[in-house]
Amino acid sequence: MSASATSVPQVGSGKAPKGKVGAKASQASWVVKAVVWIIVFLWTLPTIGLLVTSFRPTTAQFNGWWNVITNPTQLTIQNYQDALTTGSNPMGGAFLNSLAVAIPATIIPILIAAFAAYAFTFMDFPGKNVLFIVIVGLLVIPNQAAFVPLFRLFNLFHLNGTFLAVWLVHIGFGMPLAVYILRNYMGTLPKAVIESAKIDGASHFTTFWRLIIPMSYPALASFAIFQFLWVWNDLFVALIFLQGEPVMTVALKALMGQQGQGYALLTAGTFVTMLLPLVVFVSLQRYFIRGMTSGAVKG
Amino acid sequence: MATVTFKDATRHYPGNPKPTIDKLNIDINDGELMVFVGPSGCGKSTSLRMLAGLEEVNGGQIFIGDRDVTNLSPKDRDVAMVFQNYALYPHMSVADNMGFALKIAGVAKDEIKKRVDEAAKILDLAPYLERKPKALSGGQRQRVAMGRAIVRSPQVFLMDEPLSNLDAKLRVQTRTQIASLQRRLGVTTLYVTHDQTEAMTMGDRVAVLKDGYLMQCDAPRYMYDHPNNVFVAGFIGSPAMNLLDLPVVDGGVKLGGYVVPVSREDLGGATHVTYGIRPEDMDLSTDGTGLELVVDVVEELGADAYIYGTAAGVNQIDTDGDGGSKPFLARVDGRRPPKRGETVHLKPKPNHSHVFNADSGQRLGK
Repeated sequence: MSASATSVPQVGSGKAPKGKVGAKASQASWVVKAVVWIIVFLWTLPTIGLLVTSFRPTTAQFNGWWNVITNPTQLTIQNYQDALTTGSNPMGGAFLNSLAVAIPATIIPILIAAFAAYAFTFMDFPGKNVLFIVIVGLLVIPNQAAFVPLFRLFNLFHLNGTFLAVWLVHIGFGMPLAVYILRNYMGTLPKAVIESAKIDGASHFTTFWRLIIPMSYPALASFAIFQFLWVWNDLFVALIFLQGEPVMTVALKALMGQQGQGYALLTAGTFVTMLLPLVVFVSLQRYFIRGMTSGAVKG
Repeated sequence: MATVTFKDATRHYPGNPKPTIDKLNIDINDGELMVFVGPSGCGKSTSLRMLAGLEEVNGGQIFIGDRDVTNLSPKDRDVAMVFQNYALYPHMSVADNMGFALKIAGVAKDEIKKRVDEAAKILDLAPYLERKPKALSGGQRQRVAMGRAIVRSPQVFLMDEPLSNLDAKLRVQTRTQIASLQRRLGVTTLYVTHDQTEAMTMGDRVAVLKDGYLMQCDAPRYMYDHPNNVFVAGFIGSPAMNLLDLPVVDGGVKLGGYVVPVSREDLGGATHVTYGIRPEDMDLSTDGTGLELVVDVVEELGADAYIYGTAAGVNQIDTDGDGGSKPFLARVDGRRPPKRGETVHLKPKPNHSHVFNADSGQRLGK
């Protein structure tokens, strides 16, 4: 976007016949730019409000956050201190719990799904298509429908209240989408590369680890972001299957009393929960770029 | 080093009414550069992939040396392949690309480095060993693909149209390089192309395939002079041979006002034959005898000139089946070409005529 926006005016200032086209294109790009900025502003506004509120003292919470413009000195970090240390579920411990849930619940399904996607893409076995359709079809099952049977099943094995229970639930519900995304991506990888590896003597296992996984980074990264955010922001599964080990969402909810008191702590707590997802997104987003496979085959 | 033998090798895709490759029999000698050539869909790539182990063999056998490799997996066949689109590993450096097979085979690190460096030297890739494929030009990528095959020193090289992604000039250069490299290394090579010029210039022997059948397999020169059938006659050679439907008369075949002498035994009692004559095998006659041709187009190439025209009373055969009418074509002296609209008389040079059975398309006589 920015590349085309900066290069277009240069073309426009060039020779006469190209000038008109260039001017038109740069005009259009200005409109697009303005619209994008407006959308970005509107979408970010509530978050900005939340951020500002989280730095305002409890006493000032009841007039709007925009009053900070006329009264900019009235800021404090007291909310953050309170949110992290006080309350029935201090957020420091909940942060570790959330990590203990989210990291395995992101990595394990990706790994299993990558193996499955490889098999669905590059191996031939009877019932392959039917199996794939069944797995993708599982996407339509709502989580809520499965919770009671799962809860009873986990009870049989005394799993309720353990991290393993939450991992299993997240792995299970993340898997269909993961298999679907990864298989579709692997299907676009050049077949000749796999054949070349075959002739080079690579086993399926070597082909998978040394070629397919590195070439699938964009798909793996995008699914990793989705799955991580989903697990990190999940309240329902954690509330049911992980009693006694509060994660961030549970702790956040506990910051607010039943009558809505502790509103100020909630704003600060929200930003604490957002920190890690932001880091994950920013650090993985460079893998979103296309063209990991460029150079493999002609073009 | 090894020979390669296709013995009744057949590939039949399930659901297809007829086999893609039907009982292919071919022997490739040790150290030979064999070129498979044919129009698209003729099965040349399929037969190469059968040898590589990428396609199942549904009938018959394939041997490399004395080993029956029909049911071996690709890695156990000791072949290396160069793909049309190179199939380089995009996330690995050139050196890692070339050493990948050796690494899998468990060869020691310094040995891999030695062999990669050697191959890089042969192919002028030494300065690029640390680059990723995407930082290379098309020609360089093609050489990396070659290098990957050379490093393994396999028994057989398989090349699947390795030049078709290069531009015309580079293609001509690279084809000479590949041919000379192959002769230097002496590795038995099966080379697939759709370009008959490539086949003629590179191959020790050329096999022409059509619809899954082997049409002819001979040295390029011999094939040019003795095409076994109408298809090979029309396919090999550029510009293509004139193929005409001509009546048999007393003493030979009637070409316009001229009788091409063909012996009675060769004709075997046929009343019509397919007569082939290459454009360069015609002479302008000055005495008004021979095939009468009205010149429509003159292509002057400097040394030669090609004249396209309509010949009175003869029909070109539509060998490629596209329904387009084909003009009669002859090569003449480039310094004194006839003019457009002129009428000329052409006489075939003695012993350069090809006569084929009008129904079966098989060659008549030697």
